[in-house]
Amino acid sequence: MAFISSGYNPAKPMEGRITDIGPHKYDEYFPSVIKKNFGKWLYHEILEPGVLMHVAESGDKCYTVRVGGTRTMSITLIRELCDIADKYCEGSLRWTTRNNIEFMVDSEEGMKALRDDLNSRKFDGGSFKFPVGGTGAGISNMVHTQGWVHCHTPATDASGPVKAVMDAVFEDFKSMRMPAPVRIALACCINMCGAVHCSDIGLVGIHRKPPMIDHEWADQLCEIPLAVSACPTAAVRPTKVELNGQKVNSIAIKEDRCMYCGNCYTMCPALPISDGEGDGVAIMVGGKVSNRISMPKFSKVVVGYIPNEPPRWPSLTKTVKHIVEVYAANANKYERLGDWAERIGWESFFKLTGLEFTHHLIDDFRDPAYYTWRQSTQFKF
Amino acid sequence: MAKHATPLLDQLESGPWPSFVSDIKQEAAVRAKNPRGIDYQIPVDCPEDLLGVLELSYNDKETHWKHGGIVGVFGYGGGVIGRYCDQPEMFPGVAHFHTMRVAQPAGKFYNSKFLRDLCDIWDMRGSGLTNMHGSTGDIVLLGTQTAQLEEIFFELTHNMNVDLGGSGSNLRTPEACLGQSRCEYACYNTQDMCYQLTMDYQDELHRPAFPYKFKFKFDGCPNGCVCAMARSDFAVVGTWKDDIKIDQEAVKAYVAGEFAPNAGAHSGRDWGKFDLQKEVVDRCPSQCMKWDGSKLSIKTADCVRCMHCINTMPRALHIGDERGASILVGAKAPVVDGAQMGSLLVPFVSCEAPYDDVKEVIEKIWDWWMEEGKNRERVGETMKRLSFQKLLEVTDTPAAAYHVKEPRSNPYIFFKEEEVTGGWNRDLAAYRKRHQR
Repeated sequence: MAFISSGYNPAKPMEGRITDIGPHKYDEYFPSVIKKNFGKWLYHEILEPGVLMHVAESGDKCYTVRVGGTRTMSITLIRELCDIADKYCEGSLRWTTRNNIEFMVDSEEGMKALRDDLNSRKFDGGSFKFPVGGTGAGISNMVHTQGWVHCHTPATDASGPVKAVMDAVFEDFKSMRMPAPVRIALACCINMCGAVHCSDIGLVGIHRKPPMIDHEWADQLCEIPLAVSACPTAAVRPTKVELNGQKVNSIAIKEDRCMYCGNCYTMCPALPISDGEGDGVAIMVGGKVSNRISMPKFSKVVVGYIPNEPPRWPSLTKTVKHIVEVYAANANKYERLGDWAERIGWESFFKLTGLEFTHHLIDDFRDPAYYTWRQSTQFKF
Repeated sequence: MAKHATPLLDQLESGPWPSFVSDIKQEAAVRAKNPRGIDYQIPVDCPEDLLGVLELSYNDKETHWKHGGIVGVFGYGGGVIGRYCDQPEMFPGVAHFHTMRVAQPAGKFYNSKFLRDLCDIWDMRGSGLTNMHGSTGDIVLLGTQTAQLEEIFFELTHNMNVDLGGSGSNLRTPEACLGQSRCEYACYNTQDMCYQLTMDYQDELHRPAFPYKFKFKFDGCPNGCVCAMARSDFAVVGTWKDDIKIDQEAVKAYVAGEFAPNAGAHSGRDWGKFDLQKEVVDRCPSQCMKWDGSKLSIKTADCVRCMHCINTMPRALHIGDERGASILVGAKAPVVDGAQMGSLLVPFVSCEAPYDDVKEVIEKIWDWWMEEGKNRERVGETMKRLSFQKLLEVTDTPAAAYHVKEPRSNPYIFFKEEEVTGGWNRDLAAYRKRHQR
């Protein structure tokens, strides 16, 4: 392996340097039917799960075939996507916010050939490469984060549990029998790069043990005041400890104040927090982003902790599947999971789902906690 | 023969959903064969070592990626994230495994040439693995070594005319819904506003100068497909001011069952015959609709533009013509101080290029937040700490009832000195003339 230069000259880094040119313009790669009818769309229909038809004022039709994607994706797979786009779609394709991939064509025949081709492709291991689905009142692809594949703060993996959950709800990716869309998301820690705080079902990796303190390295690896100020509950404070006969600057943690957010670890690598036994997943439900009918709302924690069970997280997937089924059986048409839970009342939600209500589900974090306690005699026995 | 046994990960190859394990194995096999004759610039077997380290995590139930490591390209503070394995001897192929964020076109439309060119760079100089896409929106190139960073940046900018995205305490790569390119609900050109603002703020995107991250997102309508209101510090959400346009004949066609309600989104179950009164009129959150059996009417003054009726009958109802957007500020996920939803600051902007009215609000917020924000404090937290009134003041926005869900229920009101007759500077001697000590 000989080093190959791109043309960059480290001796003269500014020579010919190009910076701050930004992304490509959004319309550079539009399929022609999109380019022609930009801003002139009249209405759309979902012809079947995963297949959309948009009709323009001109009468033109754009057929979109949507497939689930893995987010973590090899270039071999991307090249295969390119081959498909070249064959059917003038080389164009797009990704959605939920990591689906969409192919667009301007004829129904083209759509059918494309759809059948996409559904026919499988990995050597047996799973589909490009399953068609993810539209309407069904379950679309899960937004998720990096997990153990690439992140330094996760409390759980991301790609693994997502694969397990999507396997469990695969039929609902391929169909539209839900009362309303169900958006599932997973964040591998409460930093929530995956923003599960407003999903119908949010899975979030949590730690349950305060960080360890690496006294030998604390003062060398960290700005101790930054670690102290990073703590939202004032559990972290500076201290001096004796180490190998010497007093060193370090950190002390008031453990019963710690809620394991990991923020101090982010500021100070000498405070490792991950733990095979302590870490796991909390399940949140009822969040949404849309303004439709009711206002956007946060997800609420309904299961405080499920242990990490790699490789297939059976307890987690079983609970998610169960929540989906109880919701599907009980909610009204157009009613999002959170709207349903609020209509019937959370006490009924726990009764219907059989999920155990524990003290972990009562908020105890600052002001927002107070606004979630019941201040009324209106409740259901 | 695989380099590492992965009995746990292998179990993620079964089941119908696309398997990332199968995909990484596929990449490992292609690199081992090297059909393109690539002179790989980082270890050929890094996908196999990635599976190896992931299998170790599946055994330990803990991550094996180290904290920290500052790497980047010359002159930028963002766009590259350093990543090192904490078991480099066992997995030398991923001992250094940095991430590069590449700016995506708004709406994420590509063609195969662009993607193939990117794959070629990442074949030779990276792991061959990506995220399509990161949560914020960028194309994420997953895994390369320090010596390749400048080379990749050079090739991206010189050969592909594309830049890195944001990371660190700066403007993160903005993202928009696909907007007018394929949606009849888009109230403004989300992609264009996203593109223009991204171009205008390249400096803020690449050179961290903020207390913490700052995100823009652009949704074309209140359906919120890119989740702007929940996920961005500065959310621009399309809306309109005038009447929803009604095609009465099409309404009747929905009632008659000729068109599937909600564009066919509920076709997986028999929900019975479409009932306009029950499914639309009665569900309207502001009760602004009436159906007399032959005519649907909407009292525009009462409409809160929630989208339900339009979503349910897209062939009969259309967004109004006086279009623009609302601006909401301060959304974020929990860390550090709990989750926050965006709060409405500007009810309506017209959204016409070059978007000076939007930029004016952004820049005023930045000036204030950069002055007052604490380290790792999102603007939503600064707003909470210093008050919404302060945000109104720094953005020159007059207070109005649309800023609140309800007025305050406590009378602990801060008044400014100039709001009180005579000010705060009082004459104690004169007071004592009236009141003995």
